[in-house]
Amino acid sequence: MEIKVLENILGANEQIARKNRELLDKNKVFCINMMASPGAGKTSFVLQTIKALKGKLKIGVIEGDISSSIDAETVAKEGVPVVQINTGGECHLEAIQVQTALNSLPLADIDLLFIENVGNLVCPAEFNLGEHIKVIIASVPEGDDKPYKYPLMFNIMNVLVLNKTDLLPYVKFNVDNFVKTIKNINAGAEIFKVSCTTGDGISEWTKWLKSRIK
Amino acid sequence: MHELAITQSMFDIVLQQAEQAKAKKVTGINLVIGGMTGVIADSVQFYLDFLSRGTIAEGASVRMEIVPAKARCLNCKMTFELKEFDWVCPECGNSRVEIIAGNELLVESIEVE
Repeated sequence: MEIKVLENILGANEQIARKNRELLDKNKVFCINMMASPGAGKTSFVLQTIKALKGKLKIGVIEGDISSSIDAETVAKEGVPVVQINTGGECHLEAIQVQTALNSLPLADIDLLFIENVGNLVCPAEFNLGEHIKVIIASVPEGDDKPYKYPLMFNIMNVLVLNKTDLLPYVKFNVDNFVKTIKNINAGAEIFKVSCTTGDGISEWTKWLKSRIK
Repeated sequence: MHELAITQSMFDIVLQQAEQAKAKKVTGINLVIGGMTGVIADSVQFYLDFLSRGTIAEGASVRMEIVPAKARCLNCKMTFELKEFDWVCPECGNSRVEIIAGNELLVESIEVE
């Protein structure tokens, strides 16, 4: 006998993501799901944003990693509330892990929450966490051909940050081609070019971010 | 890569539906998977064999209907199948497109006894 089901496999995750979103909205927290390959500069980008917005916005961070709390310790030195999630092998964060993390953060005292997803351009694309926007960090040494290799990720994101622009003189990376490719896959994406080493471009990003939050 | 999490969620749905129908055994699971998702059939079957041990779904086979990724041209509205490195409208050459199919991830039906 055949039973018709027609149910979204990730429906359970979507439901929890919606609850997370309700909790965030209730506490007026703007939440960013930040995704990138390992080493693209997610943590450096969070640190630069925290420094640039110190005294202007209250920031919190959820760090997702397969193991270790290195990133959480680095971010905690900036004096912001941080929760570390260790996925224990899973290659992405799921809404239920974020739900637990949200419960241990002082949400009433946070305006902007970064969720630093596990470094990976494949799996995190499938799992909504309840965030308001998805931000991808791409970096110059990774090459300008990544969008076509990970189309789902680049298709669903709202903001693309191209990091390590200080390395452009030394690396074969065509910025115009890269931007054109991104616009093909995702016509509505905002694009920022930054260097977390020199601080270049960070103020354009934080200006845009502030306009989104207020 | 993320097939374990997806198979686990899929398996929860299958067991819940089978219990509701008071089925004694689940023999087949039919999935609809979009071409953009990158879910691999062999991996899903592998994890299902592991997860279903000792349950009424032990030995069930997974069939996947793959939905090709399709896009619509934002200029001339033509729809076309997306192939790798080819996100350009074949009709007017415009390269601004929106995805209209290929993100599916569904349990379509189950076969039970």
